[in-house]
Amino acid sequence: MSDQLTPESIAALLEQAVAALTAAESLADLDHQASAIRAKDSALMAARRSLGTLDDIDARKAAGALLNDAMTTVTEVVEARRAVLEVSERATQLEADRLDLTEVVVGDVSLPLGRGHAHLVTQTRASLEAVFVAMGFTVEEGPEVETDWYNFEALNLPPGHPARDMYDTMYLDIAQPETVLLRTHTSPMQIHLLERAVADGTLPVHAAMAGRCYRLDTPDARHLPVFHQIEGLVIDRGITFADLAGVIETFTAAYFGPDIHSRLRPAYFPFTEPSAEFEITCTICRGEGCRTCSRTGWIELGGCGMVDPAVFAAVGIDPAEWSGFAFGFGIDRCAQMRHQIADMRSLIENDLRFMRQF
Amino acid sequence: MRAPLSWLREFAPFPDDVALLRATLDDLGLVVEDVEIVGEGLEDVVVARIDEISAIEGADKVRRVVVDAGDGPLEIVCGATNFALGDLVPLAPVGATLPGGFSIAKRKMRGVTSNGMLCSGNELGLGDDHSGLLLLTEVPGAAPGAAITEALGIEADVVFDVTVEGNRPDAWCISGIARDLAGRMGLEFRPTMSAEVARSSAETVSLASAEVLDHELCTRLGVAVLTDVIVADSPDWIQRRLQLAGMRPINNVVDASNYVMLELGQPTHPYDLAKVEGPGLRVRQARTGEQIVTLDEVTRTLGVPGRGLGDAGIDCVICDGSDSVIGIAGIMGGATSEIEATTSTVLLEAAAFDPIIVTRTSRRLALRTEAAARFSKGTDPGVIELAMVRFAELVQLSSPTALLCANPIIIPSAPPIARQVIVPIERVNALLGTDLDAAEAGELLSRVGFVATDADGVLTVSIPTNRPDIRDGDPGVADVTEEIARTAGYSTLPRRRPSWPQPGAPGDRQVFRAAVREVILGTGASEAWTSSLVAPGEIALLGLDEEEVVITNPLTVEESRLRRSLLPGLLRSVGRNLERRQERVALFEIGSVFVHPSAGGPRRTTRAGALGGHEAEVPGEAERLHLLIAHDDADARTAVAVAQLLVDGLGLRRVIVGAQSDDDLLAGLHPTRAAVLVDKATSCVVGAVGEVDPRLVDELAPGARDRRIASVEIDLDVLRDPTKVLRRPLEAVAVSRFPSSDLDLAFVTPDAVGVEALLDAVSAGAGELLEDIRLFDVYRGPGVDAGSRSLAVRCRLVSEERTLGDAELASVRQAMIEAATALGAVLR
Repeated sequence: MSDQLTPESIAALLEQAVAALTAAESLADLDHQASAIRAKDSALMAARRSLGTLDDIDARKAAGALLNDAMTTVTEVVEARRAVLEVSERATQLEADRLDLTEVVVGDVSLPLGRGHAHLVTQTRASLEAVFVAMGFTVEEGPEVETDWYNFEALNLPPGHPARDMYDTMYLDIAQPETVLLRTHTSPMQIHLLERAVADGTLPVHAAMAGRCYRLDTPDARHLPVFHQIEGLVIDRGITFADLAGVIETFTAAYFGPDIHSRLRPAYFPFTEPSAEFEITCTICRGEGCRTCSRTGWIELGGCGMVDPAVFAAVGIDPAEWSGFAFGFGIDRCAQMRHQIADMRSLIENDLRFMRQF
Repeated sequence: MRAPLSWLREFAPFPDDVALLRATLDDLGLVVEDVEIVGEGLEDVVVARIDEISAIEGADKVRRVVVDAGDGPLEIVCGATNFALGDLVPLAPVGATLPGGFSIAKRKMRGVTSNGMLCSGNELGLGDDHSGLLLLTEVPGAAPGAAITEALGIEADVVFDVTVEGNRPDAWCISGIARDLAGRMGLEFRPTMSAEVARSSAETVSLASAEVLDHELCTRLGVAVLTDVIVADSPDWIQRRLQLAGMRPINNVVDASNYVMLELGQPTHPYDLAKVEGPGLRVRQARTGEQIVTLDEVTRTLGVPGRGLGDAGIDCVICDGSDSVIGIAGIMGGATSEIEATTSTVLLEAAAFDPIIVTRTSRRLALRTEAAARFSKGTDPGVIELAMVRFAELVQLSSPTALLCANPIIIPSAPPIARQVIVPIERVNALLGTDLDAAEAGELLSRVGFVATDADGVLTVSIPTNRPDIRDGDPGVADVTEEIARTAGYSTLPRRRPSWPQPGAPGDRQVFRAAVREVILGTGASEAWTSSLVAPGEIALLGLDEEEVVITNPLTVEESRLRRSLLPGLLRSVGRNLERRQERVALFEIGSVFVHPSAGGPRRTTRAGALGGHEAEVPGEAERLHLLIAHDDADARTAVAVAQLLVDGLGLRRVIVGAQSDDDLLAGLHPTRAAVLVDKATSCVVGAVGEVDPRLVDELAPGARDRRIASVEIDLDVLRDPTKVLRRPLEAVAVSRFPSSDLDLAFVTPDAVGVEALLDAVSAGAGELLEDIRLFDVYRGPGVDAGSRSLAVRCRLVSEERTLGDAELASVRQAMIEAATALGAVLR
């Protein structure tokens, strides 16, 4: 057997193997050839087994090394050939599969009967928008990628403002650092609308704006880093905090039902002053007090307040003539409260078993 | 901020009613996140001595223990093993209820009666340790039968965990919370008074110097010196209060500093005077690259601009007399001048720093301390004198020899002047919708330390120095108005339902989107919501060669890019639903995709930069609809049919399957079973139909392997635009009352002639009488030459004026055939 272990004979065995692999015309054939070469009874494997018959240690080592190299080469050739065959097999398959879509006879296609389910967030957003439309609001929307100006500075959060820490902002690697960002709230829409209204001379504004927002929040039962907010903005003559409280109360009853009420308590938002957090009757216990509301009977829904003079200054509106309020809250959270969804993450799992309930 | 009731009561006689206090704090905007009742559940727990320990036959996890809790031997079954004969441990006797609400009852185990429970620290709410019993053997004063609260010096208390809003720096301390609460409850507020402290005749300036080089950064600096200090433990009550407030007692000097911060809101920093060169302090701006090793033993480099917009790298530092940095102002001291057991002279720094500078430095160095948090919100420059004296007083409680040197240095020495804001009462009423008179408003303000004088309905309001959040001028009117509303109580303010003449209406986008959604829901597909944040490499996966929109500071790398397509996320969701053995899986999403500005998509520029004074090019945002249908019999044809449903449902004129093959809408689709959708008249590409590339299915949705997944993608921004996609005319067309006739024609048509071209030609031949034309069969095979196929079309002809006669139909038929023939098609 030892005559198989000369460098020449090993080279010849390798050459045979490579030739067989290169000749493979399909992936199946390639796999077949490769496993034949690696099989116990293949010539290369037989040669490896017969290494023990060499008495000379150096010769044994040299032949062993050559055989190892040969097997490495086999692996490389298999992979190279596989890449080539994959491309050509895919091309062949795709070609065989070709369908000219301009020739589809639409009348022959059967579509299934059945109705799908709109996403719960969509349904919630639509109901909320409908409530606001009925209250006299127009509906507006805007971009998710914003700049520092719209998301912060024009909202009285100049660079370096400590309250910026409240918004765990995701910045984009575009332009100057920390200039372009994913909006952390829908409030930049206030600035867009007011800039436009000032430019076009179309004040007053009574608008609701909904959309997707982003914060660096580790997902848990109550938070998602990507979430949806709805915002309201009213700028008109003679608008007061009493109007804000009235709108919040009307909305609460219209959306959650007549036995759910609202209340305001002081809070801080740089773009409103006075500012308030609004709470509604706990939807779980209906105000009796339970674990969800920490036995207070109230749960927090959103923030609101009278538009801050600094915001009016940023967009060039005279606060002696115009006043107004803004409010905002989470759409997902509304859905969570109304449908008593234990874990917010259910909303993004897109599990049809969950979705078909709504 | 954790506020113990016992501490609040130093300032006003608050009642015991915890629910009332909580509700009042909430209503003041000092929201109580949690209330901790200290000592609750420990009333019945007593100290017991271990007198016997023996094994219980047949039990290897528990033992029989006999204890004495003052009234004779008591048999207990106990699972812990970390004690020996003679040890003192807590005993919850039968009938006790522990802090968690667990009630102790008499139990019998393996013939042994357990008359109570020996407790771990964890079971008593006194720590996290639940590995064994809480050992009291070494506790002075612990004796069998003693109440555990007494032995451990636990006093019943209530701790309110209060969230203090960013515009309430004054309330970020016990006295501030007490002031608000007392004002609302009509109780007299007793501010901290400078107490009698033992003073030295030595002048402060003879022992230390102080200098402020940059008055913008450090608006006020106080330096006091305490000599003959003995560093020791603080009195128990100070330690207890610090612990209740969430801080760890360290020694009397550091504790006094922390106590003053918690009580008055003024952070201070004590230095070992012997270790301060000079000795003295200089406050200045850090030089570029200057370094300091802070108390946490980290080397910090200062004066280097940060990433944040407008962060020029301005840091304020405290230096010693030789100008070496020994502290980062308002954030953290240096390691070199730390108070140690041997310290005998203490230099105390109490200052006011620029909030923005402290915020920036703290953020840039990621060094967030209690002091930095307070300076960021703004502190009271007028409390510095009091804070220094109060510190001395507290140190002297445990170090009676300590003396406060005369005339602490304060730069500037004059107390800060209260700013004034002019507030016309009608402005207040106009903002609030109230009918307050000036006197009422003034009274409400006086409850929280504002002084208002009225002249003809115009209030001149002096702003206390602990309210840096109240702005000057016009914005200050809004700020003062909020204080009036807050002290009155928002619930007392009126409510009104406003109205205006302008009608409410949804926007065009919402109307259009709702219509699209309606059609798609009608195909049985349900709406998904996938994240806009995706992993790197998704663009490459789609076969696009474009720059990704990268998030600089993502939560995880899997969420570090903005999506370029809805397809991958939707496909994964389809795969998971198939894995869960769902049938008739069809999902769609309507959402934004993002295109890097360098990718040559539609450019979007917008205001950016400081004061919005620049233009920035930002990623393009396109609204897309993507639908995937993974029914058993779905394929590219299904997608074409759904697209036609959409065209019909939205009232579009004519959108057809187009021939282009290089649109980015085709990314991720099957290369030979997908096509773009185009508006026939404008040639604008509005979307793509086909199947998902099987390679992408294997990669992203193994649950859908070997399944054809129909895909419809629509660029809603294009579809919505009536100049790009034409609508059916608004005007109604009357339908004919005469019978129509169908003509079926099959043409052998060369492959080079598209279906649309044939339909166009035949339509043109039919002229005005054509009501409808559609392809109803395509045939390739025997009887039809290779390179051609038979296309069968059904034409419905009708006249508005008459029933079509055979002769007329025959001539129209001839015209249609001729038109087709002109294209090279041959009637079969």
